[in-house]
Amino acid sequence: MNQAIRNSWIVAITLFALLFGSISYVQFFAADALNKNPNNNRQLIANFCSNRGPILVSGHPIAESVATDNDCKYQRKYNDPYLYAGLTGFYSLGNGQYGLEEAMKEDLAGTSNDALFERIAQTFTGAKPQGRSVELTIDDSIQKLAYSMIPDGVAGSIVVMNPKTGAIIAMASKPSYDTNLMASHDSSVVAKAYDELVQTPSINLFGSPAFTQTYAPGSVFKLVDTAAALESGKYNKDSVLANPAELAFPGINYALPNYRYGQCYSQTTATFKFALENSCNTPFASIALDLGQDAITKQAEKFGFNDSSVKIPMGVETSRFPGSTGVLDPPSLAQSAIGQLNVTATPLQIAMMTAAIANDGKQMKPNLVQTVRSPDLKTVSSLTPEVLRQSTTPAIAQQIKDWMVSVVDNGIASGAAVPGVKVAGKTGTAEVANNLNNAWFTGFAPADDPQVVVSIVMPNVDVATGALLTSPNASKLFKAVLKK
Amino acid sequence: MSQLATVAKPRRNSELLLLVLALGVGVMANALVNLNLGRTFDNDFYIQTAVLTVLSLAMHVSLRFRAQYADPVILPVVVALNGIGLAVIHRLDIVTGDNAGPRQWLWTTLAVAVAVTVIWMLKDHRILRRYTYISLVLSVALLLMPLVPGITAGDVNGATVWIKLGPFTFQPGEIAKITLAIFFAGYLSSNRDLILLAGKKIGPLQLPRAKDLAPMIVAWMASVGVLVFQHDLGTSILFFGLFMVMIYVATSRVSWILIGLVLMAVGGTAAYKIFPHVARRIDVWIHALEPAYIDAPYGSGQVVQGLFGMANGGLTGTGLGQGSPQGVPLANSDMIVASIGEELGLVGLFAIVCLYALLVARGFRASLGTRDAFGKLLAVGLSFAVALQCFVIIGGVTRLIPLTGLTTPFLAAGGSSLLSNWIIVALILKISDAARRPINVSDGPNSERQREVSAV
Repeated sequence: MNQAIRNSWIVAITLFALLFGSISYVQFFAADALNKNPNNNRQLIANFCSNRGPILVSGHPIAESVATDNDCKYQRKYNDPYLYAGLTGFYSLGNGQYGLEEAMKEDLAGTSNDALFERIAQTFTGAKPQGRSVELTIDDSIQKLAYSMIPDGVAGSIVVMNPKTGAIIAMASKPSYDTNLMASHDSSVVAKAYDELVQTPSINLFGSPAFTQTYAPGSVFKLVDTAAALESGKYNKDSVLANPAELAFPGINYALPNYRYGQCYSQTTATFKFALENSCNTPFASIALDLGQDAITKQAEKFGFNDSSVKIPMGVETSRFPGSTGVLDPPSLAQSAIGQLNVTATPLQIAMMTAAIANDGKQMKPNLVQTVRSPDLKTVSSLTPEVLRQSTTPAIAQQIKDWMVSVVDNGIASGAAVPGVKVAGKTGTAEVANNLNNAWFTGFAPADDPQVVVSIVMPNVDVATGALLTSPNASKLFKAVLKK
Repeated sequence: MSQLATVAKPRRNSELLLLVLALGVGVMANALVNLNLGRTFDNDFYIQTAVLTVLSLAMHVSLRFRAQYADPVILPVVVALNGIGLAVIHRLDIVTGDNAGPRQWLWTTLAVAVAVTVIWMLKDHRILRRYTYISLVLSVALLLMPLVPGITAGDVNGATVWIKLGPFTFQPGEIAKITLAIFFAGYLSSNRDLILLAGKKIGPLQLPRAKDLAPMIVAWMASVGVLVFQHDLGTSILFFGLFMVMIYVATSRVSWILIGLVLMAVGGTAAYKIFPHVARRIDVWIHALEPAYIDAPYGSGQVVQGLFGMANGGLTGTGLGQGSPQGVPLANSDMIVASIGEELGLVGLFAIVCLYALLVARGFRASLGTRDAFGKLLAVGLSFAVALQCFVIIGGVTRLIPLTGLTTPFLAAGGSSLLSNWIIVALILKISDAARRPINVSDGPNSERQREVSAV
């Protein structure tokens, strides 16, 4: 009998050994995977209530955690919520996490793997756990200026960036919303605000439409055609392009007309300079038909189209040429080449393309984050300019730059001029429904030593309003940035 | 039956020393809860400390008088577990606003009072052998109670195992665990010779006679009945395991184990095929981490939240009061192991499992040492039941096996479980007293007891 008791004891001990094994598995071997499981909201709740690091702009916090006296110990507070909603996003419990709050969550919460030593130090020194601070490349006054330039009721976006570093100086858009409501600890407040948000057209929770929304770029895309033409070797700066009033296509009842507000109708041939100054359609449509779809696609991709990997650190919506359609028929290719139909771009993409031309063909990686600092103010990481790709040769970039200068000096972007500064620019007007247009301006200054790129889109406006909201505002932004 | 040489020392002073340490564990855990949750020491703290101290000392003093030679480790282990349980339940009360803490120490008081009564009133564990068949009737009655209209508490969390007693609910199956163990021990110790000698031999296997199979069939029916009518897989496994180990120890025959495993496999497979809730349990266990199962009603949400909590605790835990175990459903009862794993970490949970292993080891030691077959069987059955119960619930929480609703002995909030486990401890203490008592003690306060026993 005692032998049987001993054998039973072995069984019992085996059961306990199995428990040691399963506890070790859950709390040690699988712990990391379980903590990162997408269904696990424990980290989320912990971060929500903890002292997360501030997001700083020009030295002032635009988002900070403020101590409360309830169980959820810190409340996230946004100091200029409407101005920065598209960048900061928000961190809610039940309605998602967006923008920098999501993209930088590990640094802000101090939970990233390389913050381990900070956490250990906090344990021993007794300091309250605190996240890292994130300082943005944004300039507060430029951001405010840009935001004020977008009238209420127009879902416009403005991107200002440094072409040499890729640092984003301002990224403003309207409509905006109050991120403080979304960060409330009162879930009914959040739910109500969220319902309003998702019903408001043009508000994108993932961030400012400047990098999350694509628009038909219109004539701004002609810069791609120009680069493709020069790159092909078939064209040079003196090439004479056909400039018919309309481009007809055999067999179908469609003809592509020239831009009706410029001087295009005054002559039937054109140089690049003339075609760009007046934004004539038919020369560029002809170039695209001549070079073929692949050549245009290749050049567009060199400027950053069809690239889904860009992060600022939030993911940037992919700009596309051609859209989902595979092979374009000639009329579609012609229309796409002038920025309509099968081509879409984010305002940030247009700024990046412009920055590449400004920066001798070198496209810099765009970024919003200047410095990440640990709670004791040590720099953890700071922005190092990074070349994304060579978009075109320095010679071609210089040539396009010269033409863009004359677009401002002699052409239809004259409103962007700044006295005493050489400004390069290009406008665009993409037709949308009901006689309304997406009005674009993109350009940089000073042309000889580019310091700042400005890209503006004002969607769904009439031509007069569009002209008023784009080039003149760009001029003001150039002045404001260059004055600093 | 072989005898083990035991040191004939009462060891009550060792017990007192260990008891102080055990009380320290519980009281300090409770103090940490108050400190970490930023509270001053509230009434709950002082009441719990006082209650736990008085109850432990009452048990200790009772043992000094009525079971002088009882194993000195068992009581401190149980007090430590009960104390940690009270602290964790109190900790969860603070954040959830629940009132489980006071209920738990009330039940602890009742359970220890009953255990003390058992120590004082039960002069020798062998007296229980008289009630072999009464225990069987009692077991069946207790098991049927939750199915009787009028007193049943109905379906609670998918199982029909509760009855209503005024404002309280009670799980009679917890007590049935003890009465069944008494019945099996009594029946097997009386009939083991018959069972051992009769029957055909096929190869190395000695097959039992059909009539000797009767109690096994009874046990099997009780287990399957609990599963089918009460939807309680955990208790079903517990009863069957209890019986298997007792019949194996009684006969030392592997053939019984094989027959038992076959019956279990047949019953289990049939249950899986016939009853959707059993199949569902298995499905939920296998696919626990898939979102569709996490969000489903009766899905894996509970066990997965428990796993997330334990993972959050990691090796050393967040510290008492610093985690968020309240995110797990039933955090203070079925899932208390996950709550402890989160706040005390892998280290803390290992310590808890070690305490259980120690408790079970001392129970087995009592079984080895005691001289009568009934005592051996009862001790081994009750000890193994504790081990199996720990395995089923902790294994379920850590997803080693499908989660079933058994309580974690002494830790989980719940009166029936506390009551039955304290009675089990009292019985094991009594048996260990008999095991360690020198044979020729004739004077002292226990001489009267010796005479009475011989008259049985």
